[in-house]
Amino acid sequence: MARTANLAQAGVLDIAPVDPIPSGSSKINVGKNERWLSVGAGLLIANIGIRRGGIGGVLLTAVGTSLALRGASGYCPINEALGRDTSDDKTETNVLEISKSVTINKPREEVYQFWRKLENLPKFMRHLEDVKQMDDRRSHWVARLDSENPAAKALPKVEWDADIVEEEENSRLVWRSVPGATIDNSGEVRFVDAPGNRGTEVHATIKYRPPQGIVGEAVLKLLNPAFKQMVKEDIRRFKWLMETGAITTNEGPSGRKPETTNPALRQPMQNPAETPQNKTKPSITDESIVL
Amino acid sequence: MRALCYNGRNDLRVERVPDPEIVNPQDIILRVIMSSVCGSDLHLLNGYVPTMQEGDIIGHEFIGEVVEIGPEVKKLRRGDRVVVGSILGCGECSYCQSQSWSLCDNSNPNAYMVKPLYGYSPAGIFGYSHAFGGYAGSHAEYIRVPFADRGCFLIPEGVKDESAVFCSDAFPTGFMGADMADIRPGDTVAVWGCGAVGQMAMRSAYLLGAERVIAMDRHKHLLEQAKNNSNAEVLSIDEIDIQEALKEMTGGRGPDRCIDAVGMEAVSSSPQYYYDKAKQWVRLENDRPIVLREAIKACRKGGTISIIGVYGGFVDSIPMGAAMNKALTFRMGQMHAQKYIPRLLDYVANGQVDTSDLLTYKMPLEEGQRGYNYFNSKSNNTTRVVFTP
Repeated sequence: MARTANLAQAGVLDIAPVDPIPSGSSKINVGKNERWLSVGAGLLIANIGIRRGGIGGVLLTAVGTSLALRGASGYCPINEALGRDTSDDKTETNVLEISKSVTINKPREEVYQFWRKLENLPKFMRHLEDVKQMDDRRSHWVARLDSENPAAKALPKVEWDADIVEEEENSRLVWRSVPGATIDNSGEVRFVDAPGNRGTEVHATIKYRPPQGIVGEAVLKLLNPAFKQMVKEDIRRFKWLMETGAITTNEGPSGRKPETTNPALRQPMQNPAETPQNKTKPSITDESIVL
Repeated sequence: MRALCYNGRNDLRVERVPDPEIVNPQDIILRVIMSSVCGSDLHLLNGYVPTMQEGDIIGHEFIGEVVEIGPEVKKLRRGDRVVVGSILGCGECSYCQSQSWSLCDNSNPNAYMVKPLYGYSPAGIFGYSHAFGGYAGSHAEYIRVPFADRGCFLIPEGVKDESAVFCSDAFPTGFMGADMADIRPGDTVAVWGCGAVGQMAMRSAYLLGAERVIAMDRHKHLLEQAKNNSNAEVLSIDEIDIQEALKEMTGGRGPDRCIDAVGMEAVSSSPQYYYDKAKQWVRLENDRPIVLREAIKACRKGGTISIIGVYGGFVDSIPMGAAMNKALTFRMGQMHAQKYIPRLLDYVANGQVDTSDLLTYKMPLEEGQRGYNYFNSKSNNTTRVVFTP
């Protein structure tokens, strides 16, 4: 069996007690047999539609495609609206997990307070556009993949509300997204004194449920390592910011020809500098690998 | 500005690049006065270090004049003449605060590149590969120096540029080699490699109480310099059986402390060299640990091996049995510049150590390729070439 890196779910880390509530297409409400039927019928109808052509053909194709999708993902919005659920054993998409820890050479109170002011998070979480604290418990989050990768670019802006469901001042925060999020998520950040005055250990675990049923689950399982890398980079930037007060960068000149991205890393440039005589290459950073 | 850029294996060109700018509040911009070649550059130029990119400005051993200051820089002023440690340290992480500056947690923005291989990332280095930070180097008219209060040290009045420049890397590296060797009174110290770093290790070994220093190399002029200027007894590795010589010169005991100031591109005329060279050629091995193997065998029982020559990846056939059964101590690492530089500047200022004799040629940047050719082949009696951008 493959060795798991899902340490929270494996019980290695005593963290993140709360799972995300499945909402929207993270639910599965179509049973196995019905799904096969749905895919088969959908493909057949779509096929007829394509052959027939014309307005009727287009309509048939649309109906067929949505039927097939319903079958493949296991989530049917009509079932949801009708309160109908024909699912058997699997009723929701599986929880995926990202766990990452870092030790920061600063007092626990200082580290916690910086994080607790959630508006600070976009300062080091690169894909977070904005966080607004609405009241003590609830906050609104906006994230976007700013990758140059066209596939990632096509992904929509992700927005959700989250509630802090458990909080211990200066030691832990447990949150869970409010049902209706693009991606249902939950998690915990824990702040622990590192032994022997080594500063503060920050342990973060994020759990999320893929949307788009079984199809989304398969896709996000593949993407999870890339998301994990993003979280690692974010956590590292958090350490830089807390310890040195700035984000470490290698921004500086080089003799590379003008280009807008670093091809090796497929990352947009942060600060395109002047390019005297059109000959030289502006500054680049090769920070994190993104999608 | 003009800068000496890497464009592939042994292909250096002076190019016009944008001037560096202050990015973080703790940065300064330095006008480079002198910038030295270093043996570790040769690993880059000879293609043994991955993650180099065309257009990278190399160079990491330098002095300069402060011309611009970030808002949070406290100790430096415009016009200050400073020497800069080659390896960046933030000064705030637990490693910097315990004086292990080259292990800084925060100065390598590309830590993710090196983690899969090393487990954890060491500090960033100026003008080196992208896995070590991808910072623009010092073979240029100007350079941005991050964490400037930590890495820049005022050069005392009366200390010449030609001496100060080697307090950036060669002297601290050599000194750390001797420091790690844990030299006790009466000790004989064997040093492999008579380049600038090796010779600084020899001079440092005497400062730290060594009785004798035995130095090894294959280049005549370096052996000559080690003998005359670093007070070493010298052995030419191509002419003399090193194992026999070290044993007999020390009354059958073997040297107490062995310093590897050569690293991954060691050269010898032994069959081992061709074995390692062949494996490197087909990429089965990154490094040629010829010196390391020899030092392990030569070292006396219970002695210390101190490694300051650079290794990058994997090595083969390390005589672990000899090391274990002889109870050797291994110490190694990139140098902790910020820990040593103030002390070393004092040694130079009060005349206890001279470093200026390491400088063989001063050249403009435009002669960069020629300078590195001299240095790579150690031809024309070259110890070090220094550029004056």
